[in-house]
Amino acid sequence: MTQAALPDTHAASGGGRSWYRRNEIAITPWLFLAPGVLFFCFYVIFPIFQSFNLSLYAWDGLGEAEYVGLRNYGELVNDRAFEVSLWNNLKWLLLYLLAIPAGLFIALFLNQTVTSIRLYKSLFFFPFVISQVVVGLVFTWFYDPTFGLLNTILGWVGLGPINVLGDPTLVTYGIIAAGLWPQTAYCMILYLTGLNAVDPEQVEAARLDGAKGWRMLWYVIVPQLKPATFIAFVVTIIGALRSFDLISIMTNGGPFGTSRVLSFYMFEKALSEYGFRMGYGAAIAVVLFLIMLVFIAYFLWSMWREEKVR
Amino acid sequence: MRSTFKASFAALATSALMAGSALAAGHGEALTGDLRIFLDTSNPAPRATMEDMIARFNEMHPDLNIETTVIDREAYKTQIRNFLTANSPDVATWYAANRMRPYVEAGLFEDVSDLWAEPEIAENLASTKGAMTIDDKQWGVPYTYYQWGVYYREDIFNELGLREPTTWEEEKANCQAIIESGRKCYTIGTKFLWTAGGWFDYLNMRTNGFDFHMALTQGEVEWTDDRVRQTFANWRELIDMGAFIDNHQTYSWQEALPFMVNGEATAYLMGNFAVAPMREAGLSDDQIGFYQFPVINPDVELSEDAPTDTFHIPANASNKEAAREFLRFVVSAENQTIINNGENLGQLPVNASASVDDDKFLNEGFEMLSSNSPGGVAQFFDRDAPAEMASEAMQGFQEFMVIPDNLDDILQRLEAARQRIY
Repeated sequence: MTQAALPDTHAASGGGRSWYRRNEIAITPWLFLAPGVLFFCFYVIFPIFQSFNLSLYAWDGLGEAEYVGLRNYGELVNDRAFEVSLWNNLKWLLLYLLAIPAGLFIALFLNQTVTSIRLYKSLFFFPFVISQVVVGLVFTWFYDPTFGLLNTILGWVGLGPINVLGDPTLVTYGIIAAGLWPQTAYCMILYLTGLNAVDPEQVEAARLDGAKGWRMLWYVIVPQLKPATFIAFVVTIIGALRSFDLISIMTNGGPFGTSRVLSFYMFEKALSEYGFRMGYGAAIAVVLFLIMLVFIAYFLWSMWREEKVR
Repeated sequence: MRSTFKASFAALATSALMAGSALAAGHGEALTGDLRIFLDTSNPAPRATMEDMIARFNEMHPDLNIETTVIDREAYKTQIRNFLTANSPDVATWYAANRMRPYVEAGLFEDVSDLWAEPEIAENLASTKGAMTIDDKQWGVPYTYYQWGVYYREDIFNELGLREPTTWEEEKANCQAIIESGRKCYTIGTKFLWTAGGWFDYLNMRTNGFDFHMALTQGEVEWTDDRVRQTFANWRELIDMGAFIDNHQTYSWQEALPFMVNGEATAYLMGNFAVAPMREAGLSDDQIGFYQFPVINPDVELSEDAPTDTFHIPANASNKEAAREFLRFVVSAENQTIINNGENLGQLPVNASASVDDDKFLNEGFEMLSSNSPGGVAQFFDRDAPAEMASEAMQGFQEFMVIPDNLDDILQRLEAARQRIY
């Protein structure tokens, strides 16, 4: 039987074998990837170029689009509202990173075996579970200048009432503080899982060598948490750049546009009730994309480097 | 496979049938086919009113298959762009004046001048014709409008011995007395900006008159003009007195209501829609009064804001015959009386032959608009000015109310915007 079958296969591997069969190993992965790649190209890559293209036009979304070259970008340079949004984005980027150390310390604090520690952990994780809209509302009431808790507390220590969300210099910090609450919880949960993977033998060895406190944390624990730190960094940066819902709920970009960030400004110009300057909105989107690209490139590069080391 | 084929064949057959009947509607007397109506009246009371109105229309035309879609009022403002181009209903709600201009210019609204030529409409709806006209053609019909003015706490005015002011001097004297009693003269919430637009409308119309105000909103006057500065100077008198509640930039108009209800502020420059929540909050009609915004410059005629809500037929509608009949029905005197009464919209009917419901504020408003607004009737800042200018300007008004010293900077910004937009 086997003797008879062998020549057959040999014959097949000769000239008669189909092109697909010859290249099966190389092609199959691509076939499996095809649906994903197709959708990614159509819904992610293609719109990016479409936005680039749209940013060269003046278009109200209804009539004919008029080609204006780089005029939208020229206008951006002199647009003070855009400048304010850009600076606010920077504030978000920098201050949002505070969520990482804060998350780490809460994780270290909760990483112990006490009765019902799970309950405490879930309580700390709670802000991340509730919707951003709810977080925004809670903080709006907290900051409320007439009946808000913040001013009541400030009153106890004899400090005057402040209207955080009505003051152009404070408003962005007020919203970032609200955003840090759920973001810290997110980083905490990342570090809690990371701490499970810390090698107890290394900790033991370090202890024998006399390491404790900050030195133990910095030289033994934190290096082992590197993957968690990386993910926390990625999600926090992205979270900061797409901050939108909190601003929309808490201030609607105000007072007089001082709490806008690029994503919100883009929405206002292109899609809100008074907007519909699609080209100008697209130009803002392109700028936001270029900023994000810096980080995306960095993330991709560091991931690629990681894989090469292995 | 076979069942799918059968189902799609059935669907094809039905749609062919439907197309046939829609065609028939064009010729026959009885209306048949489908009528798709999109509404932005998403608040409970207006929604019920509209649904009831459509049910009454359907009773008159039982063969017509009416399909009503109610969309959230705010979401509607962005969705209208999509459904007018892609999947057009036969009738849609919108707003009058400049707010409908983009759709008129893009050819998305049907010209309904023929309806306005019919005597029934031409005679009874003359007062709103101007607001529905662009390029000498009419693009829809109004179904309701409401007055703006100052709603105040009558009991507090009585307590302080104050009377409704009619001049700017009386107004300021009143306000001084109110402030001395430890209250604020006006509540306002400018978080969503448009409430400040109402103040600007009135101050500018009273200072420079209706025609100047229209010229300004249409971009024919510079924002740095001295007459505009005079308007802001008048506004500043109130701001410097401390007439407005503090921190108004953090509140919506609803959140600003409690100040008036609790008596911390005595008056509110608002549209008539503010009366319902005031009553719900426990103020009786004896406690709420209404007066027309006082005269500032005696040389200009009084004019008012009275925003009008409208019905339109999209250009891509499929059953325009039925849609026209529906529009005729909406503006008919009988229907106008019903939908605008106190139990329904609680606003003013657009048809002169309709009767105004016996409501204190509706009567005062009707009286004011029909006999004491010789200068003209404006829509509202964000409906008279193009959307982009409105948003820039209203943001400037809010900034001015918080930091009046920034005025020069604000006006220069608005002037730059004006030159770009128009």
